[in-house]
Amino acid sequence: MLELYSGALDVPTILKRWYEEESPNNYGAYIPFIGTVRAEDGIEGLSFDIYEPILKSWFVAWEEKAAKMGAKVVMAHSIGDVMVHESSYIAAVFSPKRRVALELIDEYVEDFKASAPIWKYDIIGGERIYAKERSTQIKGSGLLGVKI
Amino acid sequence: MVRIEFLGPIQRESLEIEAHTLGDVADILNQDQELKEWIATSAVAVNDTLVSSLDVVLKDGDKISLLPPVCGG
Repeated sequence: MLELYSGALDVPTILKRWYEEESPNNYGAYIPFIGTVRAEDGIEGLSFDIYEPILKSWFVAWEEKAAKMGAKVVMAHSIGDVMVHESSYIAAVFSPKRRVALELIDEYVEDFKASAPIWKYDIIGGERIYAKERSTQIKGSGLLGVKI
Repeated sequence: MVRIEFLGPIQRESLEIEAHTLGDVADILNQDQELKEWIATSAVAVNDTLVSSLDVVLKDGDKISLLPPVCGG
């Protein structure tokens, strides 16, 4: 389940719904990770662009990986502006036992940060400024630059 | 003709160019000095699948996307 929302996430509602939807499915562990916008460096908030086709294929690959371990991954992310102290990202893992969920949530969130086609901008003075220094090149980047 | 799309912060209008391989695309895009910095740090997808070789053979109507460094969450 990949959910995209315009603006900030309604975290309690999403977590509650996922909990209720998966409760009958005999998972013993439910581990959510919630990303919240912190007040730092004078930002008013963050803003996000998403390229959905590749995000969806990235997510499907993670669903398949989790399923092989008897687990399930879900995520929600914001598109557009999310202000300080609001949340833009929830990733969660459901699994029969805790160990699989604890290990998967780490790998799942880190791979998301490194690979998911989402671009972050600081909102300062109402302007969107690409967070270049905090961004990570996707594996294989620079391919078209090698033939110079 | 193939279509080049520049995603996220690159903020360029898409282009249609004549290219038979990604090597041809590289030759053409690298002539644009402003694009060079983005090219050096961007991943490449052909029809929404990330690729890792310049030898990919392109066909008419293919979509090539440039994905600059990411930061979700």
